[in-house]
Amino acid sequence: MVHIVKRKEMPLPRAFAIRAGIIALALVMCGIVTMFMTGLNPIDVYATMFKGSFGSSRKIWILLQEIALLLCVSLALTPAFRMKFWNLGGEGQVLAGALAAAACMICLGNSMPGAALIAVMFLASIAAGALWAAIPAFFKAKFNTNETLFTLMMNYVATQLVAYYTIVWENPKGSGTIGIINQKTQNGWLPIVGGNKYLLIVIVAVLLAVFMYVYLNYSKQGYEISVVGESPSTARYVGIKVSRVIVRTLIVSGAICGLTGFLLVSGSAHTLTTALAGGRGFTAVMVAWLAKFNPFIMFGSSFLLEFMESGGREISTIYGLNQSFGNILTGIILFFIIGTDFFLTYKVVFSKKEGKENA
Amino acid sequence: MLSFLVSFVPRAVTQGIPLLFGCTGEIITEKSGNLNLGIPGVMYVGGICGVIGSFFYERSLGGAAINPVLGILVPLLCCLLGSLIMGLVYCFLTVSLRANQNVTGLALTTFGVGFGNFFGGSLVKLSGADVPSIALSSTSKLFRAQLPFASSLGGFGAVFLSYGFLAYVAILIAVGASYVLNHTRVGLQLRAVGENPATADAAGINITRYKYVTTCVGCMIAGLGGLYYVMDYANGVWSNDAFGDRGWLAIALVIFTIWRPALSIPASILFGGLYILNLYIPIGKDLAVKELYKMLPYVVTIVVLVFSSLRNKRENQPPESLGLPYFRENR
Repeated sequence: MVHIVKRKEMPLPRAFAIRAGIIALALVMCGIVTMFMTGLNPIDVYATMFKGSFGSSRKIWILLQEIALLLCVSLALTPAFRMKFWNLGGEGQVLAGALAAAACMICLGNSMPGAALIAVMFLASIAAGALWAAIPAFFKAKFNTNETLFTLMMNYVATQLVAYYTIVWENPKGSGTIGIINQKTQNGWLPIVGGNKYLLIVIVAVLLAVFMYVYLNYSKQGYEISVVGESPSTARYVGIKVSRVIVRTLIVSGAICGLTGFLLVSGSAHTLTTALAGGRGFTAVMVAWLAKFNPFIMFGSSFLLEFMESGGREISTIYGLNQSFGNILTGIILFFIIGTDFFLTYKVVFSKKEGKENA
Repeated sequence: MLSFLVSFVPRAVTQGIPLLFGCTGEIITEKSGNLNLGIPGVMYVGGICGVIGSFFYERSLGGAAINPVLGILVPLLCCLLGSLIMGLVYCFLTVSLRANQNVTGLALTTFGVGFGNFFGGSLVKLSGADVPSIALSSTSKLFRAQLPFASSLGGFGAVFLSYGFLAYVAILIAVGASYVLNHTRVGLQLRAVGENPATADAAGINITRYKYVTTCVGCMIAGLGGLYYVMDYANGVWSNDAFGDRGWLAIALVIFTIWRPALSIPASILFGGLYILNLYIPIGKDLAVKELYKMLPYVVTIVVLVFSSLRNKRENQPPESLGLPYFRENR
């Protein structure tokens, strides 16, 4: 007979040692898969991936910026997840924020001074992201509408809205894209901090992580989120207004997504496309979940996923393979990590004697 | 008006069939309480596995005429096998290892879309073939074959008989799924598993087996949607990301049909129609409005989702335990 029992809480260092071991195992597995698929030597493959991510100081900075952006979205989703509200709409909320920022840049670009414009863009993005998350939250709170499916659908509404405005604001006409916004005046572009155009986004992400850690662990609102997540009826019993907490938390969640959209438009891409969010809304779900919703561990998990992404891109360029190679490797690693969780929370007990007695 | 219908309906149907496969697969999966967000990935894998199978089969012929039976069976079986493996991965992680369904599903989609695009883009190079791109025209001809007299029947033939055999398979599967869910003991037990696994378990139903079987069968059905798309709709030509967000649209369709496979037949044709409606509406030079029309299926789905929760009728709700893992000892 085999049966499964819940473990006592495993000490954190040990749990992470096990995770690290699993990730190493997954990387080996990825190497083997690569070898079978492409006939390349796995050590060469990893060397190439490493070079693709850390090969030059520019590559390192790009990697850092990508990690920062992914981290921002993951941090945004975290309060919602702590409340067991599955916000799969990060993609749409980022796009909504990006759309608002781009709208300000295009419509107000010639009539406002730079600093004021950036302030307006910042506020507009946050409001747009918050609105995009507040709509499903409102229906969840009032009518218990399934939030997973609702937020998922909101992504595509946002995507099509961006597609619509991409054509409206097409520049030059017929190109099908908006192009770089305010290229000459650079109005509405975030300033370059410390002589490095990637630095500002990284700083914002770090500050956001600290803020989120404090907000979740040391504020009253963070406490309310945890209680609602554990048990809505307990929360109601102790006098927490559950529907208010849901809407408020999702406004926070959406606002940070909107902020990420603002960073993307104003700080790095300076344009708007339907692919601007780049799947971060979905990847962030996995980042946040892998880190057990701990803002600091998310640095590690977003590093892992972005490393696979940039490494996979390098492999495809060098060996003339398709760009999506990194996604396959990411998928395999994720399967491994997702599977490990079971062995951290449960224990498989073989009770042979009992089985014999029964037989 | 009639001529409009004769040109519009067949295109709506060919757009709708991949969605119908995906939707039927996802409905029976969700009926067992598994919310499989990996369906978009599964559909990619189903499509590309069929392509890989028939690519190697067509190459092995070396110019000889294609055997119609093998020409259909090889891609079909490869597609089913690929989707089955995806289903097994999902079940092993979420049912046996009790992992979170949303995270597992999204990982499966990441993997599946990557898998599809990677092989779609690199198959020619990896196999060392000297062809510029994947174009499986002779296999596609088999999948697109219609009844010989269909074209002589005018409008009736165009609207009802102008499709490849997989389109009719999709409708049969949906009807069959509807029958099994509502009129058989297996269907009853399956619904019990999705609504309240603890009660079902107490009644002696093997939860693990039901979840595994339905999710895997659901994945195989959804995978066929990918195969139909490449072989029939796209004429056997694989282009990366061409399948687009149809997988998510199929999940939207599940909500739209409030978990009823029979309803998914007209609904998927409706969604297919909404998908291409922008091609038929006179909008003059304003191309931008087209993009707003593409928003329609999603907006309609949201409206249905909100209304079904507003009315709060029990038979219109998602399965009660949707998205939750079942652990007997946790009660």
